[in-house]
Amino acid sequence: MSRRIRQARLTQTLAVAITGAAAAFIVTAALFLLGYILVRGLPAMSWEFISQPPRGQMKAGGILPSIIGTLALTSGTAAFALPVGVAAGIYLSEYAPRGRMTRIIRLAISNMAGVPSIVYGLFGLALFVILFSFGTSILAGALTLACLTLPVIITATEEALRQIPSDLRQASLALGATRWRTIYRVVLPAAAPGIVTGSILGLARAAGETAPILFTAAVYYKRQLPTSIFDDVMVLPYHIYILATQVTGRPDDIIWGTALILVGGVTAGSVIAATWRSLQRKKVRW
Amino acid sequence: MTESREQNVTGVFELENVSVTYGSEVAIAGVSMHIPPRAVTALIGPSGCGKSTLLRCLNRMNDEIGSAKVRGRITLDGADIYAKEMDPVELRTRVGQVFQKPNPFPMTIYDNVAYGPRTQGTRRRSELDEVVERSLKRAALWGEVKKDLKKHAFELSGGQQQRLCIARALATQPEVVLMDEPASSLDPISTQQVEDTIAELKEYVTIVIVTHNMQQAARISDLTAFMLRESMEEPAQLVEVGETRVMFTNPGDKRTEAYITGRFG
Repeated sequence: MSRRIRQARLTQTLAVAITGAAAAFIVTAALFLLGYILVRGLPAMSWEFISQPPRGQMKAGGILPSIIGTLALTSGTAAFALPVGVAAGIYLSEYAPRGRMTRIIRLAISNMAGVPSIVYGLFGLALFVILFSFGTSILAGALTLACLTLPVIITATEEALRQIPSDLRQASLALGATRWRTIYRVVLPAAAPGIVTGSILGLARAAGETAPILFTAAVYYKRQLPTSIFDDVMVLPYHIYILATQVTGRPDDIIWGTALILVGGVTAGSVIAATWRSLQRKKVRW
Repeated sequence: MTESREQNVTGVFELENVSVTYGSEVAIAGVSMHIPPRAVTALIGPSGCGKSTLLRCLNRMNDEIGSAKVRGRITLDGADIYAKEMDPVELRTRVGQVFQKPNPFPMTIYDNVAYGPRTQGTRRRSELDEVVERSLKRAALWGEVKKDLKKHAFELSGGQQQRLCIARALATQPEVVLMDEPASSLDPISTQQVEDTIAELKEYVTIVIVTHNMQQAARISDLTAFMLRESMEEPAQLVEVGETRVMFTNPGDKRTEAYITGRFG
């Protein structure tokens, strides 16, 4: 074996080792994170924990108001962000002419994605809470989270639509379909799995955000469940923060229990999305 | 084909001095030709000679490419297809197209064929059933798929998919079907089946087919048009058009002869 080949082989072995180690590190970190939350959080799990409001200065009882609050906020976010995000993604992928205006729109979207979430919180406070007089409420929080999630959904939609071969669009147009009918009947159904997966990942992130809802939706303590979109709510991530920093003498496991519920909910969402996607993949393939 | 028969049927294209430009580049210049109804007209020529571009003028698919501009006059059954009152969407229900690669929609066989009629507003099941069956029969696919119309189109073989695309194009009951190298991605047996289908189709529709396979043009077409772009600085032109039999045995132009006998391209 020549020296050159020996060296090439060594480099190759090193490359496999280094990239493999990085991958192994990620798997370990993820497993450790989830495992730790599971181990610390499981002792707190009980029917009372998920079905009752907190009691005894939040040192006991359950976290039902926070679960309901997070569900309400996330649904509200989906209700605003999905239609606008998907529509904007469709416009960018299917209609937007190649030009300066489109470049500016794209730039605006990637800038939106780069804005720190606390800034969204301030923005939401100024615009939705104060200017629109929605108060600290589910509505204001959902709108703020929607702004934060929009770039993710727009980008996911645009990417998913771009994956659809232009052949299909041409075939539909050549059959006397308008552009809109082509999008609605051929392109969107084919792109749906990608759009849904991307959107759920975006929403899952929104569900775990604290900073944007700090000033716009979250409340420290409230036994009653919300009855309207103008109510403020307890929410899981903020509740974790409160428990960890403001409540002295509480048992540690209720913090980890709350974290477990949040991570579990978000993971369930991602798993449902992934499963649905792979089922669709079997039906649709190029 | 007699004159009187030609007067009664539809699907006649007349091209007068047609040119196509992309931005500042002239792709095709000065094409004039007559495309007779109920016959197969083949467009042949080397790669990049504007065959496909010319084909896409006939159903205004060039409109979908932003920078393409068509000049001259193209009429279908006497009506200028680039006139203001001509709606390209409506035109395409009269002038169907089959593409180079089979491109069925990701849906069932039935829904693929019913797509065009549904787009035109046909909702009645019985009517759709009828048009699906007739179109599949004309595309010579009915026998193979009549038991699994609910099957996903992607489960068909490449050749079957292409005949499905032909059936889909026929379902809007077009007067003309344009085909852009419809067999170029198929194996020889599938190619043979598609060619047989084309031969039967000309009973119902006018067919304009782009092919770079000269044997294919010789086998299936009645009329052959030879296009050529002599250099990158010049636009592509129509060298000559005539009866296929004559073109292949006794071409009028030296360049046609050179191309047909395989001296270039």
